[in-house]
Amino acid sequence: MLRLCLLALAMACTMAGATRALEVKAAVLRIDQDALLPISRLDLKPDDMGFAGGVLATEDNQTTGTFLGMDYSLETVAVSPEEAQAALERLLGEGISLVVVMSDDATLLALADAAGDRALLLNATAPGDELRNDECRANVLHIAPSRSMKTDALAQYLMWKKWGDWVLIQGSHPEDFALADAYRRSARKFGARIVEERGFEDTGGARRTDTGYVLVQRQIPVFTQKMKRHDVVVAADEADVFAAHLPYHTWGPDLVVGSAGLRPVTWSPAHEAWGATQFQTRFEKLTRRYAREEDYQVWLALRVIGEAATRTGEADPASIRAYALGQEFTLAAFKGQPVTFRPWNGQLRQPILLSDGRVNVSVSPQDGYLHQVSPLDTLGTDAPETTCTAFTEEADR
Amino acid sequence: MNRSTTFLAATALLGLAHPALANKVFVSNERGNSVTVLDSESWEVIGEFPAGNRPRGITISPDGSELYVCASDDDVVRVFDPETYEELHTLPSGPDPELFVLHPSGNPLYIANEDDNLVTVVDTKTHKVIAEVPVGVEPEGMAISPDAHWVINTSETTNMAHFIDSADYEIKHNVLVDQRPRYAIFTDDGSKLYVSSEIGGTVSVIDMTGAEPTLIDKIGFEVPNVLPEWLQPVGMRVTSDNKTLFVALGPANRVAVVDAATDEVKDYLLVGQRVWQLAFTPDEKYLVTTNGNSNDVSVIDVENLETIKSVQVGQQPWGVVVAPD
Repeated sequence: MLRLCLLALAMACTMAGATRALEVKAAVLRIDQDALLPISRLDLKPDDMGFAGGVLATEDNQTTGTFLGMDYSLETVAVSPEEAQAALERLLGEGISLVVVMSDDATLLALADAAGDRALLLNATAPGDELRNDECRANVLHIAPSRSMKTDALAQYLMWKKWGDWVLIQGSHPEDFALADAYRRSARKFGARIVEERGFEDTGGARRTDTGYVLVQRQIPVFTQKMKRHDVVVAADEADVFAAHLPYHTWGPDLVVGSAGLRPVTWSPAHEAWGATQFQTRFEKLTRRYAREEDYQVWLALRVIGEAATRTGEADPASIRAYALGQEFTLAAFKGQPVTFRPWNGQLRQPILLSDGRVNVSVSPQDGYLHQVSPLDTLGTDAPETTCTAFTEEADR
Repeated sequence: MNRSTTFLAATALLGLAHPALANKVFVSNERGNSVTVLDSESWEVIGEFPAGNRPRGITISPDGSELYVCASDDDVVRVFDPETYEELHTLPSGPDPELFVLHPSGNPLYIANEDDNLVTVVDTKTHKVIAEVPVGVEPEGMAISPDAHWVINTSETTNMAHFIDSADYEIKHNVLVDQRPRYAIFTDDGSKLYVSSEIGGTVSVIDMTGAEPTLIDKIGFEVPNVLPEWLQPVGMRVTSDNKTLFVALGPANRVAVVDAATDEVKDYLLVGQRVWQLAFTPDEKYLVTTNGNSNDVSVIDVENLETIKSVQVGQQPWGVVVAPD
């Protein structure tokens, strides 16, 4: 009923030709780390990574806004980790308090603590499970899925295939350890057995040389020799050091999943079900390139803001946050079912695509994984296990 | 020989029992790139013809002389002779046409262009574009009021029903509905507009009798042992007495039967998989449903509210239209 009244009001304003439009000001703050080149040049990061998704979302929001008398604006900022705090302060100073953040876990946490109740941050890229548990913050909504959500998505599919015996190969970077931990938890959760673990040491150096495959073709077979009997090789290589070299190079004819082969992703340029083709064409027309996961996640973050602003007629962080976490909120995200937020930790519930890079192989949650609230809650930390208190304490107040 | 004689005799008898002539039922097969033709009396497949790339929306002129098919991947509307199945000509549609609605007189045709946020208005006689109306993001559902005053477009990402004045092609009203509005339809008396929201899982009921369109109710759905997120309303049809609304529920594989007076769901009829669009036979004895994932159509007996038949058609049937008497 409230919704109807607001809508009537908004329409009355447009009709009367009133000039005071509701302004919805948002920003995308991207923290660029120094990083080596990716193993594959197909993964080279475009300059407008994430920003392009933001521009498209703002166009989408504005089309609706035009009918309702709302003005959407977007500022995009790319800075180094050292400049992150100053950049956030600058945005707050300009009156922008809805900020989509593309950063790693540590930077996101620092920004959230600095912002306090002055801003609502929407986490578009940081995957840490701690951010959704012990280290959760009331002023952060997580659009990016956690590592666990992605590893659970893959684990469900492997179990559906009855490929329950895994060899886990983890890289030597902290983010690889975190990802391997997530795979261990997923194995326990869904009844897979990790029959053997191996560590792949990153010895540094350039990722690519002119001799290309020669060394790889000697190293990887030896590294993967004499593995215990298994169904699949699960690679935990978030740092992008070795996983891409595993398929076809392993000692035996192995199926590789995880960081290479069959990968759990939020988006793939091959995804075309549930109207996704329309997103792909709009994005490609705008940018002349394929959409990456980062672009989709930023698009989704700004669509959350757009949806909340459209339904409430408000654009302040508290109203947007309250609506997003409320019962009424649902959003179409080209995944065949509405996406919603987990009210206990601010994580967006979402299906995860399983992609081999050319086609979508499947989408999780898989059939048969039941849940009393939503099958989407079979992915990642669920309410009974969460150690996040920032959201429940507030509900208790 | 014997068998076919019996069959003929049976058909003749049926023909006597039902004085109405059999009608052709045209089903667009999205993946099969074809249109399957059924006979509305025998429910046998009597033909299939190529219909361009990714045929989806399908409709027929009021006099039954022209069959219109949105060939989505060809960016045109293909026009066929419903008797010979020959392609007569094409109409400019703008990119990626998905659904359209014909003016009650048969001219013009209003087409939703999913990729360009436009509704294209095309003259079916001169084959020229008359107007392009900017609407919300991902326009999809199209409807026209019985008095032809209002052309309705629903936009899937903007989540609105846009009310386009057919006289000047200006949008006069917008009504927000739930996520991903897919389809819109007026009651025959024009007093109500229904808009189905696929992802929102509801049908919005909009009253058309006041000074401006007003959202008065939302119909929700509930089926035991079916996950709520699979109850995705898409295609709809209302009986001409304005009493009963039928709603295709997509991956729930059911058609909901709604009492239009109370907006209460009376029944759920099990049909094929991923039920998408619906069409009545002209006498409203039967309702035909396209079932995209089981490659068939289901036939519902409207009076007894039961599914009486399923017929295999082409690959991924999408839209359906029945030729007028």
